Amino acid sequence: MRRLPWRAAKLTGIRQETATARTLVFTIPGWPGHLAGQHVDVRLTAPDGYSTERSYSVAAPERGDRVELTVELVEDGEVSPYLLEVLEVGDEVEIRGPVGGWFVWRPERATPVLLVGGGSGVVPLMAMIRARRAAGSSAPFRLIYSVREPDQRFYLDELADPQPGLDITYIFTRKTPDGWDRAPGRITAADLDGVSPGTDSYVCGPTGFVEAAADHLIALGHAPDRIRTERFGPTGG
Amino acid sequence: MGIVSRGFFGRRREGDAELPPGQYLTHDFPVLSAGPTPRIGLDRWEFTIDTETGETHRWSWADLMKLPSETPTVDLHCVTKWSKLGTDWQGVSLDVLFEDVETSAEYALAYSYGGYTTNLPLEDLLDGKAWITYKFDGEDLTPPHGGPARLLVPHLYLWKSAKWVRGIRLMNEDWPGFWETAGYHNYGDPWREQRYQGD
Repeated sequence: MRRLPWRAAKLTGIRQETATARTLVFTIPGWPGHLAGQHVDVRLTAPDGYSTERSYSVAAPERGDRVELTVELVEDGEVSPYLLEVLEVGDEVEIRGPVGGWFVWRPERATPVLLVGGGSGVVPLMAMIRARRAAGSSAPFRLIYSVREPDQRFYLDELADPQPGLDITYIFTRKTPDGWDRAPGRITAADLDGVSPGTDSYVCGPTGFVEAAADHLIALGHAPDRIRTERFGPTGG
Repeated sequence: MGIVSRGFFGRRREGDAELPPGQYLTHDFPVLSAGPTPRIGLDRWEFTIDTETGETHRWSWADLMKLPSETPTVDLHCVTKWSKLGTDWQGVSLDVLFEDVETSAEYALAYSYGGYTTNLPLEDLLDGKAWITYKFDGEDLTPPHGGPARLLVPHLYLWKSAKWVRGIRLMNEDWPGFWETAGYHNYGDPWREQRYQGD
């Protein structure tokens, strides 16, 4: 088995998603491809040889040598402030991957899918939504996306563009848009009711969010082995 | 040395010298697991060791509590890059549980409530290197962190410290577990940065 090599990754595009998050488009010659839901390791090296690594979920499906990451600012972080505020088009970092063979969606699978994302946990779920569209899959998809406030939503324009078979529900935990009929608050069982227990569920977000959503799904009759989770703590970045 | 990223200088933190390669220090205790958190009542909890000859050794929760415990203070290294130093645990050494187990097996597969598995050489569980823990920082271990009881093997990446541990199966041949079949390293030594297959 060959070691996953570090590859030079040149930043070729930037999309601002929110005031504190942006999508970075890298070009990585020799990239072996990846599945929606996988992640990569990013390594930064300083002139004196000091280096540090972080893991990020890939935001878009395989497309040649392009790899897109959406990175949210972690207050007091070491890597995310660099990726958000310093890195410019033409700069290079190193990336290796893809990593993770469990929290993935494969386009050949036709089973209905429930995606439950909290905050930047939506990133690997967006990769699945984009992979579904790119493959012309007709697997029914439902996205439930929880954020604190309306202006913290990633991919807003793209998700506003209707796609047949993709149903999207937003949950606002602190502040809703004007006239919104659900009061602000954390995800409840009622938000997840009505989804067939025969669905494949992918839940990604901060620990408390994932624990709550997965517990609600089990209480609603979903089998634990049909619920895949990815959790991240408020750490590092 | 890798490619230098323009404008990156990094932040050297106190204590970085003690960390395995590629790790950074955190003071939180992040949770990572692949599925929902199982809830196991102590009245039906049990821990078993199954040998390669089909012999089964079994402990109820009450049995486990009667065994002598230790309070190891250890460093944790997660393959997702965070390390947490000086964590305090309480649990029963695997040496105690293996006292009456006769085996010539070289490999072990730890398995958990909820279906998780992870493999490691049996010798990595013995000689004071591993525990079945039930307290963290003086408090009962919470379900998201693997309670009621979790295997603790701190010299390997944390995915080897199976949460919600239910038993250990001894085998003459190695049998890759959950993450080990999903692209992660078979052994997982953080000091040799054995994160993924081929590392």
